[in-house]
Amino acid sequence: MSLDDLLPPTLQIVKPGVISLLQDYGRYGMQHYGITNSGPMDEHAYLWANRLLQNNFNAPQIEICLGGFEARFSKPTRIAICGAHLHPTLNHKPLKTWHSYAIKAGDVLRFGGAHHGLYTYLAIAGGFDVKPQLSSCSTVMREHLGGIHQNGEKLVAGDSLDYPHYNERHIKGTGPFSTVVPEAYIPSYPDKISIRFIPNYSENGCGEATLNKFTEQSYRVSNEINRMGYRLKGEALPHDGKSIISQGISTGFIQLPKDGQPIVLMKDRQTIGGYPLLGCVAHLDVAKLSQSKPGVEVEFVKVGIQQLESELVEHLEFFGVAF
Amino acid sequence: MNVVSVSENTVVVLFEQKISQQVAAQVLKLKQLIDAELADYVIDIVPSYASIHLSFNLRKINHQGFVDKLETLTDIVLNAAEDDTHDGQQKLIEIPVYYGEEVGLDLLEMTETTGLSIEQIIQMHHQKTYRVFALGFSPGFAFLGSVDQPIAVPRKETPRLSVPKGSLGIAGEQTAIYPFDSPGGWNIIGRTPKNLVDYNQHPPCEFEVGDSIKFNPISKQAYLDLGGEF
Repeated sequence: MSLDDLLPPTLQIVKPGVISLLQDYGRYGMQHYGITNSGPMDEHAYLWANRLLQNNFNAPQIEICLGGFEARFSKPTRIAICGAHLHPTLNHKPLKTWHSYAIKAGDVLRFGGAHHGLYTYLAIAGGFDVKPQLSSCSTVMREHLGGIHQNGEKLVAGDSLDYPHYNERHIKGTGPFSTVVPEAYIPSYPDKISIRFIPNYSENGCGEATLNKFTEQSYRVSNEINRMGYRLKGEALPHDGKSIISQGISTGFIQLPKDGQPIVLMKDRQTIGGYPLLGCVAHLDVAKLSQSKPGVEVEFVKVGIQQLESELVEHLEFFGVAF
Repeated sequence: MNVVSVSENTVVVLFEQKISQQVAAQVLKLKQLIDAELADYVIDIVPSYASIHLSFNLRKINHQGFVDKLETLTDIVLNAAEDDTHDGQQKLIEIPVYYGEEVGLDLLEMTETTGLSIEQIIQMHHQKTYRVFALGFSPGFAFLGSVDQPIAVPRKETPRLSVPKGSLGIAGEQTAIYPFDSPGGWNIIGRTPKNLVDYNQHPPCEFEVGDSIKFNPISKQAYLDLGGEF
């Protein structure tokens, strides 16, 4: 046995791309200290990537935004790529997205850019081995929290991420698990999407007339989108100028600021907010919205809680999400 | 008090929508009941001025089941005599503050808007014990109330691009410390050398909604001795 065999396998980042962040399922139970949930922008793609490798639902992955990423593996393993198709290649040979692949020592993985969608997920067998901070390794740049250096920084060239030693038996493809996501679960990230939401009729809402106007028109995703929120652009909704007393807010909340243009809150949102609420995007549709580039047309459809609840429970059970 | 279903796994309890000690005491009472009775189901609980935001585990309980349990607790709070909503378990946290002009960036300007001397402003600010009404905006940012009317000056018209970490500010009747360097529009009157957030500790921050905060004025030397910077 050489010294090299004793070292943990590592993924060496050659080019980090636009923004590549280490993410697990998120940081929960900390919101009352003002610490956001974070986690993958596209939970659907993230969970499928872990599932293809039979990982725990919470296993850390790399969330790659817009591509330009390049990295080298020091030891054999297995990876899965799910999400936007960023034209991945392994040693210059094209790979498919929504697939898992065997990796040899020295293999180089590269991602180009995306025609559709924004985020793709790189999962590795067993998950990247990163020390969690407050029970999660999810990276929140704004909070200087999480990530490989525990300071909220995105990945940079020269970073190296440890991953577990891999069992050779699996690499030969005799593993009992599928290496590809079934066609029906692979989204196409179209230029026009329909997003389901639960309307808010409470006193902290915007009123029924405004809600009706909200669903009667379609919106465009604006240029102002990031991990905190997606601003939409449409005909300004009537706004009585009131703000509400700041209250806790969740991923998917649709806020209406005074300019009448809705904002959908995403995984890195602030934990409390004071804008009236139009409603909340269905849990599973947040993933769909997260992949929508500026210019994508969005219409919002009111849906009742019961229907969405059973769908979400099925989703959580299918992927083994613990909560 | 009204339980509003917001999403598949989120509800918000809305209290009377005003900022007052009485509503805050009710929020705390309900929060304590939830912690005691429903902790198994709750993923995140965010009490604020006049609401409690809850996300819960759909793999353990369905939406209606959670709402039903929660409504039993809201009934208890509603039916409790007013003097029963006393705050029992919250902490009193003392925070050292240097109220010097080098760090109290807006003290001078406040003397003009309030007609008070710097000494009077400082005296009026530190003599009170404040309540944590809400926590958010950024990690460990606690909204404290309420400051006495004469020094309750509104937010600055032009926010600063960067307020130094530890700065103590006033915005209307609210006062707060910025736990990190950040942009902000509050009127800055002093600075604490104390580190308010430590991600390597559980919990990462000493105070929660319902706790009391007392500011202890310290000298410039004590500020420096405690690691304070300019």
